[in-house]
Amino acid sequence: MTQAVDKLLRPVVVAGAALLAGACDLRHSAVLDPKGPIALAERDLLFDAFCVMMVVIVPIIVLTLAFAWRYRASNTKAAYTPRWAESGRLDAFVWLVPALIVIAVAVLVWRSTHKLDPYRALESAQPPLDIQVVAQDWKWLFIYPDQGIAVVNQLAFPSGRPVSLRITSDTVMNSFYVPQLAGQIYAMAGMQTRLQLLADAPGKFVGRNSMYSGGGFSDQHFEVTAMTQADFDAWVAKARQAPARLDATAYAALATKSRLNPITFYSAVEPKLFDSIIARYTHAHHAPAAATPAGAAPRR
Amino acid sequence: MFGRLTLEALPLYSAIAAGGAAVTIGGALLVAIAITWLGAWRYLWTEWFTSVDHKRIGVMYIVLALIMLLRGFVDAIMMRAQQAMALNSGGYLPPEHFDQIFSSHGTIMIFFMAMPFMTGLINIIVPLQIGTRDVAFPFLNSLSLWLTASGAGLVMVSLVIGKFSTAGWTGYPPYSGAEANPGVGVDYWIWAILISGVGSTLSGINFVVTILKRRAPGMTLMRMTPFTWTALCASVLMAFAFPALTVACGLLALDRLFGMHFFTNAHGGNMMNYPNLFWIWGHPEVYILILPAFGIFSEVVSTFSRKRLFGYESLVYATAAIAILSFTVWLHHFFTMGSSPNVNAFFGITTMIIAVPTGVKVFNWLLTMYRGRIDFHPSMMWTIGFMVTFVIGGMTGVLLAIPSADFLMHNTTFLVAHFHNMIIPGVLFGYLAGYMYWFPKAFGFALDRKWGLASFWCWMIGFYLAFMPLYILGFKGMPRRMEQYNDPSWQPYLMVAASGAALILVGIACMVMQLYVSIRNARKTADRTGDPFDGRTLEWATSSPPPAYNFAVLPEIRDREPLLDMKERGVAYQRPAAYQDIHMPKNSAVGVVMGGLAFVLGFAIIWHIWWLVVACGLAMWIAMIARSSDDDSEFTLLAAEVKQIEDARYRALASQTTSRS
Amino acid sequence: MSVMAPTTAHESEAAETHEQRAFGFWLYLMGDAVIFALLFATYVIMVNNTAGGPAGKALFSLPNAAIETALLLVSSTTFGFASLCSKTGNRGAVLAWLLLTFVLGAGFVFLELREFAGLIAQGAGPDRSGFLSAFFTLVGTHGLHVSMGLVWILIMSGQVMLKGLSVPVTSRLFRLGLFWHFLDIAWVGIFSIVYLPGLL
Repeated sequence: MTQAVDKLLRPVVVAGAALLAGACDLRHSAVLDPKGPIALAERDLLFDAFCVMMVVIVPIIVLTLAFAWRYRASNTKAAYTPRWAESGRLDAFVWLVPALIVIAVAVLVWRSTHKLDPYRALESAQPPLDIQVVAQDWKWLFIYPDQGIAVVNQLAFPSGRPVSLRITSDTVMNSFYVPQLAGQIYAMAGMQTRLQLLADAPGKFVGRNSMYSGGGFSDQHFEVTAMTQADFDAWVAKARQAPARLDATAYAALATKSRLNPITFYSAVEPKLFDSIIARYTHAHHAPAAATPAGAAPRR
Repeated sequence: MFGRLTLEALPLYSAIAAGGAAVTIGGALLVAIAITWLGAWRYLWTEWFTSVDHKRIGVMYIVLALIMLLRGFVDAIMMRAQQAMALNSGGYLPPEHFDQIFSSHGTIMIFFMAMPFMTGLINIIVPLQIGTRDVAFPFLNSLSLWLTASGAGLVMVSLVIGKFSTAGWTGYPPYSGAEANPGVGVDYWIWAILISGVGSTLSGINFVVTILKRRAPGMTLMRMTPFTWTALCASVLMAFAFPALTVACGLLALDRLFGMHFFTNAHGGNMMNYPNLFWIWGHPEVYILILPAFGIFSEVVSTFSRKRLFGYESLVYATAAIAILSFTVWLHHFFTMGSSPNVNAFFGITTMIIAVPTGVKVFNWLLTMYRGRIDFHPSMMWTIGFMVTFVIGGMTGVLLAIPSADFLMHNTTFLVAHFHNMIIPGVLFGYLAGYMYWFPKAFGFALDRKWGLASFWCWMIGFYLAFMPLYILGFKGMPRRMEQYNDPSWQPYLMVAASGAALILVGIACMVMQLYVSIRNARKTADRTGDPFDGRTLEWATSSPPPAYNFAVLPEIRDREPLLDMKERGVAYQRPAAYQDIHMPKNSAVGVVMGGLAFVLGFAIIWHIWWLVVACGLAMWIAMIARSSDDDSEFTLLAAEVKQIEDARYRALASQTTSRS
Repeated sequence: MSVMAPTTAHESEAAETHEQRAFGFWLYLMGDAVIFALLFATYVIMVNNTAGGPAGKALFSLPNAAIETALLLVSSTTFGFASLCSKTGNRGAVLAWLLLTFVLGAGFVFLELREFAGLIAQGAGPDRSGFLSAFFTLVGTHGLHVSMGLVWILIMSGQVMLKGLSVPVTSRLFRLGLFWHFLDIAWVGIFSIVYLPGLL
């Protein structure tokens, strides 16, 4: 018998220990350990809302357990009022408390959603670095229009300088996701979405597609590298030395399905490649710039 | 001749897929052999398959739900096992198989487990609670059942012939379009839910009319039980939300079948329209599922606290408010699609507003327990477990409803944990509470308490083990639907999650044991009063199981808790002075035949067997026309026969009272 | 309790049944209206997605749409006469008006099919562009409803002929009327959202 109990308990103990270890580990998890102001602001929102919600969650859990114990049928000492079913004051309380909490969070929502609009440029003394992002099966292409280079599966930029991303897809719907820096936004063919990010200090982060897109989805991650300005300049210089050039033929070859592509540099990029990728899905009379997402509210 | 159906459709691409097919075929054969051996085909056909009695239809719905729960759970445990082992390796499932499994898991659990479970409970109980003899459209009810079953059949057949969709239960295009997914998988998904969706729409209409037009004398709206209220709101949502699903999937089908461009990448398609259409149905669907569960919790908490439900009117208004608001929040499923901050903030705030009436409900249940006399029946345990766990899901829901925070958490396992946190404690615990509460009403004997409690604890602990790690993994940035991964720090959590799934498996085994033990003891635990829990509401006033006509004489309702009121006035179970003839609907084979034809029709469209499509379509028209021209769909139960049935019931009642005293 | 009681009880039961069916059918129509509303919304979203193909201005013919409108509106009126005659129990007149309604409705479906065939012949089929997919689906869904209405009219004519204007038959006739008038309203929406703006 004790052996059976022991057997049953062991996984529970192991799991408990794992969860406890998890709590410590949690501090270093991507979302809770942001490395840039956008992700930090988004995480702080989580914390704020969490704390506000605790005001109502904790009492409910405690009271449920307490009432269940106190008013158990065998406890005949507890008060019993089988017909008591109405109280104006309590009614008002149960409507008003949740309502007040929701009003508080609603204010938070309205302000933060506008402040953290991914289409809004970051305020900074430095001009933003423009990077164009193309989701493919199953990899990410980053085009640096001002540097004239492109790279597969690595997103590099100087820390401290805002990065302004234009994102599209040359395949099914993807979602561009860098949890430690910027969160995510969908990448859709024939359309362009935007995301802003900024890294406080040099570092390496993980980026992924978070939207299921077929067989190679699990491998569709990329390296995000924030560097010092000097390192970034060297990185660009190295890219410019690469033998491969991204012209129409090279692009067509790259766009076919492939998995686990290594980081690949292109020393030159066909002009307006990004726009032409979008335009392939939209046609001439539809200016690419006009192709913006959101059925509810078209925007640039 | 057979469209694109060839021998290659057999699942020989992997041993595991072939095994799944073998189990499916073997299971079906085993059941068929058992029925033949018992000589039960005629009985099943005349008494069940062709039945239009709402109680039997309800039971069949729940049988379907429980079978599909097993199938959906097998999918779940396979996914958990795969992810527990797939660090830097392929695990044991190839991507194209893993992807089918997460797609079928979601599809089955929503459409073929939760929906039939809910519809079944409503079917069995609502007519009894409002004091009517049947639903407004008994034949339509049978048709709805068989359409749902035929959808479920299509999902099961996809295990054996061809593949299921890999596009997830939401089927977002362009991935689900013909270009990215030319095979039959997405078509199986589309036609399974289109066919069962028609059934759900019809059920919704049926119950709105039943509840609004067929209540017993004196049963005013504000005297209806909370379960009936939630069933009414859910039915309204079904009638008006399911058409949106029909449009979303119908347009996707047109894209796939006729090369149209609703959601394609190029040629003027607009893929963003699909998530809008889908979630205009999808969010109300969440409330279609959860409102009836809320109703069950309300009944259970009052019965087992031996106390009147606190704040009935608040609860009713909260239910109605949730139903209306559920149509105003769909965009929160895709904050990350690039909408303007005004739009995102609007939908974020409407989402949070729903938390208000939901909070009200939780407080009302809490205040019902306050100063009660709580009996820890398994149904009550499901309810307490729900209250404690559901609020956690509510909290994470509010976090996700903040658009900017959603940018961090969307599409991660945090989201997966959140909606399982709503649907398992909120929906499934509710249905299981209802199952264990009303089982004696449907069958005349109670379910075993001990096994019920064992099942509850396994589910409860298993749930925490399975989903709390997924919240953490979401914080660690793990996307959902990953077949393998390269981050070693994820694996321990995935192993804990897998152990949780294993514990839930034990919980399901306990449920099976509970059923077995209860049937074995059925004679001993038979309930001859029809009222085993000292009930308050009308369903407990009739015998268990109730006669075909439910009530020999329709009761006069004077209170919100009619049976308690009758008991207090000393008029409960009184024998009426006389009986009258009762008109009852005749059984009909048309429902089950139409369901079968719909199944073949769906199969033929999926495989492009066009002559069969035409043949089935014509046959369905003919069946429908024949049925709709039939003016003789009722029979009369003579007063003398009613008296005979009722006399037997009163004899049983009398023997029960004497044996008690 | 008199001897009459069972029959009156049965009559009131029949009236209740009729009322419940009418209410249920209303709910069905509202659900159908949701379908049309979403198809209208989809059309409005996609009206400019011509993908380099023809737009409505080049494709639609106002006279054709106007004749279709006239046919359908008049058929609603003739159905109204059929309903009126069913109240007075004039079987022959009901049949005549139903037949006229059928002819008008069939004329509508014929014109619509001719329009569709013409569009497809000039390379403007539903697979040409998102706009045309939305157009064919919206208008075609309505046309499919009208066609089913035509089948229903035939069935009801048969029932009137064989069973006479019994209570269940007139009850069905009433619901067919709801359906037929509902399709009129949907068509008015199509005419004003699809054809008029496409041509003006």
